[in-house]
Parts: sequence; structure tokens; C-alpha cells
Amino acid sequence: MSEAALKHLSETQTKDIDENIAWAKINQDVLRSMENPRRGYWIAMAISVALFSVMIYAEVYQYMYGMGAALLNTSHMWDLYISTFVFWIGMSHSGTLLSAILHLVHADWRKPIYRFAEAMTTFSLMTAGIFPVIHLGRVWNFYWVMPYMTDRGIWPNFRSPLIWDAFAITTYLTSSVLFLYIGMIPDLAICRDNTKGWRKKLYTWLSLGWHGDDRQWRNFRITYLMIACFLIPLAVSVHSIVSMDFAMAIMPGWHVTTFPPYFVAGALYSGCAAIITLFILLRYFFKFEEYMTFPILDKVCKLTFVIAMVWTYLNLVEFASVWYGHDIPSKEVLLAKAFGPYAPFFWGMIAFGMFLPFTLLSKWARRNMKFLFVVSVLLNVGMWLERWMIVTPTLSLGYHPWGWNIMWPGWVEWAMVGGSFGWFGMLFLIFVKVFPCVSMYEVKEMVFHRKRTIYEDVDEMMVLHKGAPTAAEAGSTNNGGS
Amino acid sequence: MANHRKQNHRIFGLFADFEQAFEVIAGIRRYEVPGITVDDVRIKSPIEHPEIEDILGERPTNIPKFAFVGGLFGLVFGFFFLAGAQANFTVQPQGGKPVITIPSNLVLAYEMLILFGVLATLAGFIIGARLMRKRGPFYNHAVSLDQIGIVVERIDDTQRQQVRDLFARHRVIDVFEETV
Repeated sequence: MSEAALKHLSETQTKDIDENIAWAKINQDVLRSMENPRRGYWIAMAISVALFSVMIYAEVYQYMYGMGAALLNTSHMWDLYISTFVFWIGMSHSGTLLSAILHLVHADWRKPIYRFAEAMTTFSLMTAGIFPVIHLGRVWNFYWVMPYMTDRGIWPNFRSPLIWDAFAITTYLTSSVLFLYIGMIPDLAICRDNTKGWRKKLYTWLSLGWHGDDRQWRNFRITYLMIACFLIPLAVSVHSIVSMDFAMAIMPGWHVTTFPPYFVAGALYSGCAAIITLFILLRYFFKFEEYMTFPILDKVCKLTFVIAMVWTYLNLVEFASVWYGHDIPSKEVLLAKAFGPYAPFFWGMIAFGMFLPFTLLSKWARRNMKFLFVVSVLLNVGMWLERWMIVTPTLSLGYHPWGWNIMWPGWVEWAMVGGSFGWFGMLFLIFVKVFPCVSMYEVKEMVFHRKRTIYEDVDEMMVLHKGAPTAAEAGSTNNGGS
Repeated sequence: MANHRKQNHRIFGLFADFEQAFEVIAGIRRYEVPGITVDDVRIKSPIEHPEIEDILGERPTNIPKFAFVGGLFGLVFGFFFLAGAQANFTVQPQGGKPVITIPSNLVLAYEMLILFGVLATLAGFIIGARLMRKRGPFYNHAVSLDQIGIVVERIDDTQRQQVRDLFARHRVIDVFEETV
């Protein structure tokens, strides 16, 4: 789409979706996207594979030379690995928010965009799960964290929040994969009916014999609702538990009661910002201008702004409680963040996380794709810095003076962080190429119900103005059908 | 009392206009075809229609029961599994804390509640929706596109024509029949 056409669309597109769009076109557009993306898709895939390759090289290097290669030392035993782990867990909350919560409150504008948000959840979790394993050093022993009986009768320590992490993330990954899969079954049946070759075999197997009768739809609706109800408290518990990795430790700056809600708000915030980024990318890659519309983007931006303000408030509460709490070591850590060697990153977090969201108040910003893309990426830079500023300053200034040291990550850690984006990007891009990233049946439902509402309103008006035929009498079909 | 009518036909009508299809179901509800009730009717659609359930009548599902039983099992099993492991692992230094720690076990049992609740819900869905079975003979690709199908089952020869007439009055675009 040309620059002028995009500008025109940004000014004229006022509806979440065009109710008159033909259902056959919805199928065609989404199925075409799985075959024929723009060149940008392949460039993004190449960048992702390159980043992931660097990560593999760094991991092999770390494997050969030990954890010292990552410059981890006595007090800085986690550093970027745990920061990035928390960041990716946070990103995973986007799918739950957009899909489950908005589903429960009947916000139908979520329908064209929830599928890729759910996929984000799954792949973010798969990315987050890499970091504890990398951090183990002996990666082949990762399964020791699972609660199974060994021949020596040894179990993990169930009192450790790290074991809670293992339980919570396993549950979250399983549930979110099932949520994504179940929501896709009717669309997989459409793919089954319209593809050939290996795709047909795959979709036939995955669609489980779906044929769309009322029994299936009824059970489908209740199942989706039940799993959404399970997922919302689960998502809250997962990030609360991740926050307890820190809050349960007696370290200055970590032992804070507001950490669970602070982490959950941060997770929703970074997830929403990532939705904006991927919204813009997918819209461009697959020419989804009719489904990923400006009004929907506008709503996501407003939602992001609201959550950003909740996060800002909780951040300020945390600062205030440390400042007025007179816990001297915690206060010293806070001052060191603001004025010490990590100050540029701390103020970067404040600038990107607290002040940048105010640009979303501008209608011009919410309708300018390029600007919004940059803002959404910077919001997530801010959220990544937030996680780094939680972990590293505290480790550099703990209770024991012999442990005080400043640590700057080496190339191995940076390669792992960059590679995680490559790994996520690779999985996500493969997913959107193999599976429909816009829910066809939900878009049809959205169109159907909105059009029906319009017809009902028009019919009422026609009754008031006697003599005019109602929409039904005029023989209008409301499903865009043939 | 045994049902004496011949129940040997099944008829499937395909409609482009959803409102007309709903009118057909409403007509059957109003007994426009004697002997046929909404219990004999199934619809096949590209989207779900909660609104049509008012006409079709309540058709309960067991999924909430599956979810409840799965969740309860996860909670109880999770807690006792952890407690059993802790009780058998006394070599681990406890540091003066109880062997079975209820607060931490509750966190983990909560996760197990959700995990097993979700898995049981999936099982309930597969069973309740009759998935993983062969699709019936009336499956039509148009139903996954933009048309709605109505299947009327258990009809005899005289009712067959009446159902066809009802379909025709509401602009059916195609009719298929099967003798069982």
C-alpha cells in the first residue's frame, strides 16, 4: 500500500471492521497470507535465524569454557539471564490479557488480533524457559527440577520459589498451548477444506474431525470460556511467583510486598506494547489492512496507556515505600540506581516506561504506524531495562560489603539476550506462516453480529416510517454469503 | 410407548441467508411439520449461534463437570503428592521448619488445580463435541465458508416432502437426502 493510500486510510477508517466484507473474502485473505507473504517476512525471518545462530554459538562457547565465559561471578550469579527470563515471562501475558480477559468482557474488537497474541504467549514462554536452563551450566540436567522420585529418594525443595516457577511455567505453557489450539480448531477445519498436500494432512489431523454442528459449537464455546477462566488467575499467579524469586529473598530492593502486583502490571504492559509491534508487522507482512484496522490499533494503544499508568503508579509506590521506610540498605540501592554507574539505564527505564506512553494520548500518534512502531519497541526496551534494573543493582550492592562490585555483561550474555529475540521471532514467524494468524470464524462472527445489530436498528426505524420495506423484506443476506 | 412412525430419512438443507435458516427452525418449533420437533434438528454453521439456542431449547453439556472434577483432583492430588514426597525426604535439612509446609504446598496445589482442570476440560470437550470421529455424510465445504446447513433427522416419507416444502419457502439453495 502506498504512503498516500496509508495516510488516507488512517484518516478515513472509522470502523473496527467493515461489516459488508464477504465471508469468502475473509477465508481467501487469511489463507493467502499463509502462502504468500511480503518480502519483509523473509527479511524478518533471516534476521531471526541470524540472531538465533549467534545464540547457539554463544551457548556452545559457554558450554566449552564454563559459566565464567558469561562473566557471572559470586554476587552476580544471575544477571541478564534472569532479567531476560522475567522479561519474556512478562511478554507472555499479552495473549491472556487480550484473549481471555477481553473475551470474558465481550470486547469483540479483539477478534481479528487475539490469535497472534495467544501465539505470542506460547512462544514467549518457550523463550523464557530457555534461560533457567542456560543458567544451569549443565544444561543436560535441567529435568532435575521436575518433581520425580529418584532411586536415591531425592526430591526438589518444594519451599523454593524456583520450584514454584517450574510448576507455574509448565502449567502456563500447557494451558496456553491448549487455549491457542482449541481456539484454532474451527479455522483448522477451514484450512483442511481449502488446502492440498502436507498442509491438508496436517490440518485434517489437527482439526479432529470438526464439522461445525451446533453440538460442537456449544461445547466449543463453553470449553473456551472455561479455559479462559482458568487462564486468568493462572497468569496472575505465574508472574506473582516469578516476583517471589526476588521478594522471598532477603536482599535490599527485592524484599518488597508490592512486587507481585508490580510484576503483573509490568507483564501486561510489555505484552500490550509487543502486541502493537507485532500488529504493525503482521499487518504489513500479510496485507491485513482490512482486519488489523486503525480503530482496533487505537483501542490497543489506549489499553496500553492505561496499563502503563498502573505500572507507573506501582513503580512510584515502590520508590516511596523504600524512601519513607528507612531501610538504609534498600535506600542505598535506590540511590545507586538513580545516581550510580547504572543511572543511564535507570533513567532510560523511567523515560521509556513512564513518560513515553504519554505520546499514546495523541490521536496523531495512534494513527501513525511508523511512529507507533518505534514507540512500541522503545516501550519494551524500557520494560527490559526495568527487569535489568531490578536484578543487577541489588546484586552489586547487597548487605555484605565483600560482595559489592559493579558488573557489566559480556558478549556471551548479550548474545543470549539477542538470540532469544531471534528464537522467539523464528517460532512466531513459522507459526504465522503455517497457521492462520487471524481468526476467520471469529471475524465472521464479529461481522455477523455487528451487521445484525445494524439491521435490527434499521428495521425499527423503517417501522416508524411506514411503508418502507424492512431489511429482511428487502431480502438482504446478513452473512455476506453468495 | 414405542414410536411407530418410520424413522428412515435424514434431510439436509443448505441456506445462504442465516435469518431464513433461523425461520425454518422457528417453523419446526411451531410444529409446521407435524411429528417433527426441534430435537430432530441440528444446524451446521461457520460460526456459533448462541441466539438460536433459545429456539432449539436447552441442550446441556458436561464440560463444567469435567472441569470441576479435574480441578478438584489436581488440588487434592497435588497437595498429597507434595506432602508424601516431603514426608519421605527427611534427609533434607528442614532448618526448624515443618516437614510438610502448608503455605508453599498450597501455591503448588493451586497450579495443579489449574493444570488438571484445563486437561479435564479438554477431555470433556473432545467427548462432548464428539470430536475425533468420522464426519457425517452431509458435510459440505460451504458450511465452513458462508452458508448454514440444517439437518432434520428421523423423518418418514410424508414428512420428507413437508420438510422440503418448508425449506423451499425459506429459499433453500440445495437439499441433500439420505436414507438410513
